[in-house]
Amino acid sequence: MLQKVYDWVDERLDITPLWRDIADHEVPEHVNPAHHFSAFVYCFGGLTFFVVVIQILSGMFLTMYYVPDIIHAYESVYYLQNEVTHGMIVRGMHHWGASLVIVMMFLHTLRVFFTGSYKKPRELNWVVGVLLFFVILGLGFTGYLLPWDMKAYFATVVGLEIAESAPIIGGFARTLLAGGEIIGAQTLARFFAIHVFFLPGALLGLLGAHFFMIRKQGISGPL
Amino acid sequence: MHRGKGMKFVEDSRVPAERKPNIPKDYSEYPGKTEAFWPNFLLREWMVGAVFLIGFLVLTVAHPAPLERIADPTDSGYIPLPDWYFLFLYQLLKYEFAAGQYTVIGAVLIPGVAFGALLLVPWLDSGKERRPFKRPIASGLMLLGIASIIFLTWESVDDHDWEAAAQQGQIVEGVEVDETAEGYEIYQSQESCIGCHGGDMLGGAAGPNIFESDYDVDQVKDIIINGADGMPADQFEGSDEELETLAAFIANDGQDPDGDDE
Repeated sequence: MLQKVYDWVDERLDITPLWRDIADHEVPEHVNPAHHFSAFVYCFGGLTFFVVVIQILSGMFLTMYYVPDIIHAYESVYYLQNEVTHGMIVRGMHHWGASLVIVMMFLHTLRVFFTGSYKKPRELNWVVGVLLFFVILGLGFTGYLLPWDMKAYFATVVGLEIAESAPIIGGFARTLLAGGEIIGAQTLARFFAIHVFFLPGALLGLLGAHFFMIRKQGISGPL
Repeated sequence: MHRGKGMKFVEDSRVPAERKPNIPKDYSEYPGKTEAFWPNFLLREWMVGAVFLIGFLVLTVAHPAPLERIADPTDSGYIPLPDWYFLFLYQLLKYEFAAGQYTVIGAVLIPGVAFGALLLVPWLDSGKERRPFKRPIASGLMLLGIASIIFLTWESVDDHDWEAAAQQGQIVEGVEVDETAEGYEIYQSQESCIGCHGGDMLGGAAGPNIFESDYDVDQVKDIIINGADGMPADQFEGSDEELETLAAFIANDGQDPDGDDE
């Protein structure tokens, strides 16, 4: 039955080559912790992706309640945290996931660095990885403001002051992020848009490139 | 792949009509042992992921995400703190060589050079050698970078007054300061009071929250006259009668002691 469905789709779309590209490849034994326990360092990249998936899913559920304006943002988060069934868990996952994704990405970067895996032919994948690092830091920075509580607001005030101190582009960057002179309604709307649309878009594009390259080149060999 | 003459297509599409057998790619000559991604390797990844997810959920349930009181942009006494992974950048700006007129060094130059170098690592360390001990400069610089990040984060955590931070962000439920009380008027007229404890009595960088204090009238009076930890003595400017009213107001949790419970 399943085979028939597969054949039916395959006849029309010729998906076998796709399947070969996505799932049909060999993985070297030295990255498998079941063979050498020290190979657990090769898990960090996959775990980073895993947390990213958790972040996307929990974030999608959070937007069901969150209202991005300065009158209701705090109230909606408070309601989500204290009234909504399992809201505390979903918000908790998004909150702790944000920290974990940074930890896992940091460890993944160190693994790639100390195994010299960024060397020829994998230079471009390293660059895309570092760009992913920046995007995720940006997601952390913009997401921090969204609950619109005291620490969110004043951390953003400081963050934008730092951005402003950059020469030449500083003032422009601050205006772009804050949406005006004061950090208020416009800033929250912009941070929400950046956090929910712009950066996730960049994240998915870069992740696609990251995975395409690793699939094309394979995991680097043993040291 | 079939090319040229005799090719057939599915209807008018560009999908070839001729099905080829589903043969896996050939890795038999690949150096070193390998195993199939699907399903062998994926199953193990799945197990690692499951263990990780359990730990993650335990953390989530054990420590609910924090939420402070609603943002109050007028509270200038609030000590700001970014999320922990930005602490090292934040701390850098507290050192003299990277603050004030040199802010550009701490905010742009040092992070710019560090992250720029990270981005360009494949070209900065372009040798063939992969083992970390065989390329000591690259490894050494990276270790130095990690050590700096850990040190700066540590210093930042050490510098921060966590108790004051926890108090300044607390959600204050329900009752608000009774702004019609005589005691509030006196409180507002005292520069020395609002300077540290804030117009809303919720405290700030220099003074604690006195909105809901545990002291009685005499203790409050004693503290105002003689000072307390970090609070200077004899700051009150006014008559003894006013002092009495103010102390009663503070001891009564910011409500008019003579007023009805309305």
